[in-house]
Amino acid sequence: MLDFLRTRLAQGTRTSAFPGEAPEFPERFRGRPTLDGARCPGTCRECQAAMPSSLLVVAPDGRASLDVGACLFSPEEATACPHGAISFTADARLSARDRPGLVSETGELPAIEALGRRMQQLFGRSLRLRSVAAGSCNGCEAELVALGNVVFDMARFGIQFVASPRHADGLVITGAVSRNMRDALYRTYEAIPDPRMVIAVGACAINGGPFRDSPEVGNGVPPDLPVDLWIAGCPPHPLTVLDGLLRLLGQLDGQSAPAPKA
Amino acid sequence: MTAFDGLGLRNRRAIPFAALPMEAVPRFRDIVCQAVRDGWRIVAFFGLPATADRIQLVAILAQDERGQLGGLTTLAQGSYPALTPECPEAHLFEREIAEQCGIVPEGHPWLKPVRRHPPDEAGGHVPGDMVNREEYPFFQIHGDEVHEVAVGPVHAGIIEPGHFRFQAHGEEVLFLEIMLGYQHRGVERLLETRRWPDAVLIAESIAGDTVIAHASAACGAIEALARSRKTPRGQTIRGIALELERLANHIGDLGAIAGDIAYQPAAAYFGRMRGECLNLLMTLSGNRYGRGLIRPGGALFDIPSAMAGEMRARLEVLADELRPVGHLLLKNASVQARLEGVGAVSRAQCLELGLVGVAARACQVPRDVRHDHPYGVFRFAHIPVATAWAGDVLARTLVRWLEVQRSLEFVIEQVGALPKGAAQVPCGALRPGELAVALEEGWRGEVAHIVITDDAGNVRRHKVVDASFHNWSALAVAMPGNQISDFPLCNKSFNLSYAGHDL
Repeated sequence: MLDFLRTRLAQGTRTSAFPGEAPEFPERFRGRPTLDGARCPGTCRECQAAMPSSLLVVAPDGRASLDVGACLFSPEEATACPHGAISFTADARLSARDRPGLVSETGELPAIEALGRRMQQLFGRSLRLRSVAAGSCNGCEAELVALGNVVFDMARFGIQFVASPRHADGLVITGAVSRNMRDALYRTYEAIPDPRMVIAVGACAINGGPFRDSPEVGNGVPPDLPVDLWIAGCPPHPLTVLDGLLRLLGQLDGQSAPAPKA
Repeated sequence: MTAFDGLGLRNRRAIPFAALPMEAVPRFRDIVCQAVRDGWRIVAFFGLPATADRIQLVAILAQDERGQLGGLTTLAQGSYPALTPECPEAHLFEREIAEQCGIVPEGHPWLKPVRRHPPDEAGGHVPGDMVNREEYPFFQIHGDEVHEVAVGPVHAGIIEPGHFRFQAHGEEVLFLEIMLGYQHRGVERLLETRRWPDAVLIAESIAGDTVIAHASAACGAIEALARSRKTPRGQTIRGIALELERLANHIGDLGAIAGDIAYQPAAAYFGRMRGECLNLLMTLSGNRYGRGLIRPGGALFDIPSAMAGEMRARLEVLADELRPVGHLLLKNASVQARLEGVGAVSRAQCLELGLVGVAARACQVPRDVRHDHPYGVFRFAHIPVATAWAGDVLARTLVRWLEVQRSLEFVIEQVGALPKGAAQVPCGALRPGELAVALEEGWRGEVAHIVITDDAGNVRRHKVVDASFHNWSALAVAMPGNQISDFPLCNKSFNLSYAGHDL
């Protein structure tokens, strides 16, 4: 018993100060990618050949933009541009309410609009989620599990993962949606009572991630599942997921958003 | 005729693919079965298309005590006599060959799909039930009061998908069958078709908790085929990252085992300290799982001296915080009583099934690639092999706790003594017509990447074997005689990868 008390005292309280204080990330942390139009000559196209993901979207007129949802957050995506126009910021806010919201010319993402009044009344202070991994590497799931530890402690915001879809208010989908998980994914969605929400977490769920165009996967969440929140990352940092969820629920608004420290 | 064990094949040393002794099927079968009886172990057994209607089968074997690797190959058309009846550790490899290559290992006692996907190589006749995604012929026990429990693929927690089918009598499990394949993403085909070095992003995503081990093994094979120079500094950084990955996962598992037996203090503290290890990897690589670090030719990120000092200080704090929590868990009599005797795998079962890693070391089988087939920094800095003997959940917990301490000592020592030089050098083009085997001791156990190049120096076949591929069978044999309610604890004590198995 004494050992137990001594250990408890030594361990202390470790819960993250987020969202009250801005999170701190190490210097090499790769957050939201950004495209500096001034550095991009717009004609060389070298990045297209060197880009290991679908991060870069080039319009027919040659104008480049970034699809943050497709970003694999690998160092090579930045070095693909020989002019240094693409780089990673320390910004861990990587969510959008709709798929086009993840694509922009600079990598900037629009502010997240909170759920409508009725949905906020229902779920704003108590949200139960069901997780389904469907053709993933288990990286995103590992970060979802981490949200339950004493550091991130998602339950303090009234958000919890539950065992049964019948007890859930929403579905969190990770993975590129493998052929073998497609049925189970739909059946889980159907088992969640209405009104329900769908949250796509990670590059795989958004567009197939590193497995994009493999014949065994469906390049992410099927279009007929209505996604309410897209959270980019490979995998997203737990605070990225938490930030997206809190903004969706209206617990954290754009104005009071703490700026990240590098 | 060259013997299969005299090829000069070593961990990360390439040989001409044509140098593998080619034998007729019956002799191939005899040699492999005899070698396994003589103490060799199957690292990988797979097929690749040879001609329009023939599949070339390749077996890679390891003799751990002597640090040797061997290889043997044969050509099969339509079917071949299965090795499994004489050599049980071949069982899942032969099911995989049937599914991937469409040839039948005749006489296989358990010929069922592994991942439920159409064959990659249409090599001939494909038995109907190998590709049926809907109907899986589960083993059933009939009798009064015998009942069946089906679990998954969607589980109660945030867990990867897999299906477990129990035959139970009351609470007692009589039989467990595990059906996987839900995470199948076609990883091997992607590794073979994406260009290097982009393919390393696939290797990093084979199993998201084993990023370093898989990327290092894939790069190790590529570097062997390219005769890339290896810098001591790059190899040491890889070793540090590998042990940080082991620390994160072992500490996380200790917490998860504590959580499964409702011992909350240890679950909370270990859970937090797992995060510390991930944050160290993030300091090093910019990502909590070490993505972006391991690249052909070394490590993309160096450890400057200021960072080494910071890492060392954080690791020393971690070591001080870990010790009392480990004692809190393992010196607690009720914790010991709950873990002891549950989910036991015998030493004989371990040897027969060819188990690797923590699961093997927990039943006194000291298999550890870092020790048996040393590579990189592990040729110079030895980490003692941790073992236990009982093969139960407690033994697997103890092995993890011992390895946590050894890995911590190793990392603290290595960040304080980084060799000079570059962290990465250019890797170069792959030699044509060669085969390289790269083994890595991931935190679960042996990770094997076998790469074969074609005449133009492109990747012809990239075979991946995660430790989970060997070890899922261990969970199935550990369960009978236990209660269904012990299943989560047993499962957690192995903590195998669904993604690493399903590829």
